[in-house]
Amino acid sequence: MNFFLEVLIGGLLSGVMYALVALGFVMIYKASGVFNFAQGAMVYLAALSVVGCIEKGAPLWLAIILAFGIMTLFGIATEKFVLRKLVNQPPIALFMATIGLAFFIEGVAPMIFGSDPRALELGIVDEPIPWVLDNWNMVISKFDLVAAGVAGVLVATLALFFQYTRVGRALRAVADDHQAALSIGIPLQHIWAIVWGVAGFVALVAGMMWGARNGVQFALTFTALKALPVLILGGFTSVPGAIVGGLIIGASEKLAEIYIPPVMQNMFGGNFGGIEGWFPYVLALLFLLVRPEGLFGEKHIDRV
Amino acid sequence: MLYREAGQFKTTYAADQQIFPIRQDRIGIIALLVVAFIGVPLFASEYWFSAILIPFLIFALAAIGLNVLTGYAGQLSLGSAAFMAVGAYAAYNFQLRIEGIPILVSFVLAGLTAAGVGILFGLPSLRIKGFYLAVATLAAQFFIVWCLTKFPWLSNNSSSGVISTQKLIFFGHELTTPVEKYLLVLSVVVVLALAAKNMVRSSTGRAWMAVRDMDVAASVIGIKLMPTKLLAFAVSSFYCGVAGAMYAFCYLGSVEPDGFSLEMSFKILFMIIIGGVGSIMGSFLGAAFILLLPIFLDVALPFVADLFGLPFASATVSHIQITVFGALIMFFLIVEPHGLARLWQIAKEKLRLWPFPH
Repeated sequence: MNFFLEVLIGGLLSGVMYALVALGFVMIYKASGVFNFAQGAMVYLAALSVVGCIEKGAPLWLAIILAFGIMTLFGIATEKFVLRKLVNQPPIALFMATIGLAFFIEGVAPMIFGSDPRALELGIVDEPIPWVLDNWNMVISKFDLVAAGVAGVLVATLALFFQYTRVGRALRAVADDHQAALSIGIPLQHIWAIVWGVAGFVALVAGMMWGARNGVQFALTFTALKALPVLILGGFTSVPGAIVGGLIIGASEKLAEIYIPPVMQNMFGGNFGGIEGWFPYVLALLFLLVRPEGLFGEKHIDRV
Repeated sequence: MLYREAGQFKTTYAADQQIFPIRQDRIGIIALLVVAFIGVPLFASEYWFSAILIPFLIFALAAIGLNVLTGYAGQLSLGSAAFMAVGAYAAYNFQLRIEGIPILVSFVLAGLTAAGVGILFGLPSLRIKGFYLAVATLAAQFFIVWCLTKFPWLSNNSSSGVISTQKLIFFGHELTTPVEKYLLVLSVVVVLALAAKNMVRSSTGRAWMAVRDMDVAASVIGIKLMPTKLLAFAVSSFYCGVAGAMYAFCYLGSVEPDGFSLEMSFKILFMIIIGGVGSIMGSFLGAAFILLLPIFLDVALPFVADLFGLPFASATVSHIQITVFGALIMFFLIVEPHGLARLWQIAKEKLRLWPFPH
């Protein structure tokens, strides 16, 4: 039972890390209807720029501010040079453009900051909490808890930002209906630039967390692939959906990794490890068959 | 002056409905086929066959497959490489387990196997739409590659799923040289491309396009969504499966599941974006472009580096390749969302008036 709980909690905490990446997707999709495949590459870019600035001699806080500046500039540039030119194209074209953008970042970022894997020190140690270890004999990492806390703060901030500020209201209006928002005088292009900036910020937080955990390397771009099932499970348009989806995916993935391969081994023989590559997708897929919009997604009504 | 259809009257229905209704097009296609079947084998070098022409034809076929699904039926798929993997492994197993089965039959069976798997993974498309579906097709990509790695029966118990394909015996004659393989691939691709060209202008193809443009409207005018979408998945996977079988048998000779990665799926997707979504010819143009671009950059970049005296590490070259790739994708989408095929069409429109603009 203890072991089960340990796996479950570990899974939930790693789910929070997935949710961090998924949040960036949700932000952009909500505000501009673009499915931003480049989010994983943005996470990579953000982490690389933090590490790159530190290597150039900047202290951590300055590096984070500089990286935030880079991400904002990048977001505005994306809006100005790519998305604005693609207004009125079908969503599929925008999606493919973001795949192109992802490749672009994956090429440019290492050219500027170097491509060899590096460690990112945030001053949080990745070791079990002694108190939990002593009392319940469970290994719960401090780092994961901090990451969960950061994600919680981030989500709360975003929720408040969306709910109570002028810009947040404008964002929600744009998300609801571009045309109506334009006609009541909301500057669409500013809003999009802001959204990309916010998504850059989310990517920065995710990049720092993932980078501190696994090292800053090209594999960070694959975090996007971890976030996609979270996204479809939670619904593309829902911030809480990203969190809940992340928790479900994280927990079930870790549990499945522990409990399913032995069963299959008994049935077929051989080694069946590594199912966490596809298990979240299949889970999300099965879930979608029941609820095609995900947990919290907006129900889509087709009109002819 | 050269390209003008004025004066070509159609007097029979058959003439009116042929694939290439304009005489110049027919001449052009026949000339192209003659060059491909006779001219190229006479002059091309071995390197050209095994490094450029064979992969070009194979990827063009896979791109046609994806184009049927994404370009015509409007179901975005990110799992085409997985269906190629199904084709490759199915062909291998048919060759292995059925004594003396002709190679072409095993290719067809491989395609049919892939089609079956495609239908299975196409089932969610009945409930899920758009990006949700695109992400769901990733399930196929990861699951199939994992299965091929983990079930030893599928790769005849080889370690980590690597298979080495059997000999290509064609009517008792073993195909060994690149030229022979090229001719085999070319024949298969030509037949399947013509079939696809015909399919997309038949009632099936029109139903696909109706579903693509708006599936609710399509079902209102009496198109059955389920068979139409599933057929698109089946046909698409069939093409990808045959392409995968040839990828293993005629191109590489030895493949592993991890070779059919997500990256390859993206590559095929880029081919149809750059070539032209919803165009058979675009699939060929796109495949040529995507395959030739890295080769071109490989040659051009050191040259440019010499010119400016910059030392380029090989890592930098690959980074520049990715960057240029991404930039080109965005550039194409912005400048010409309909791809190279559309440029060709515009060129034809211009040719009709040339050289007299009135």
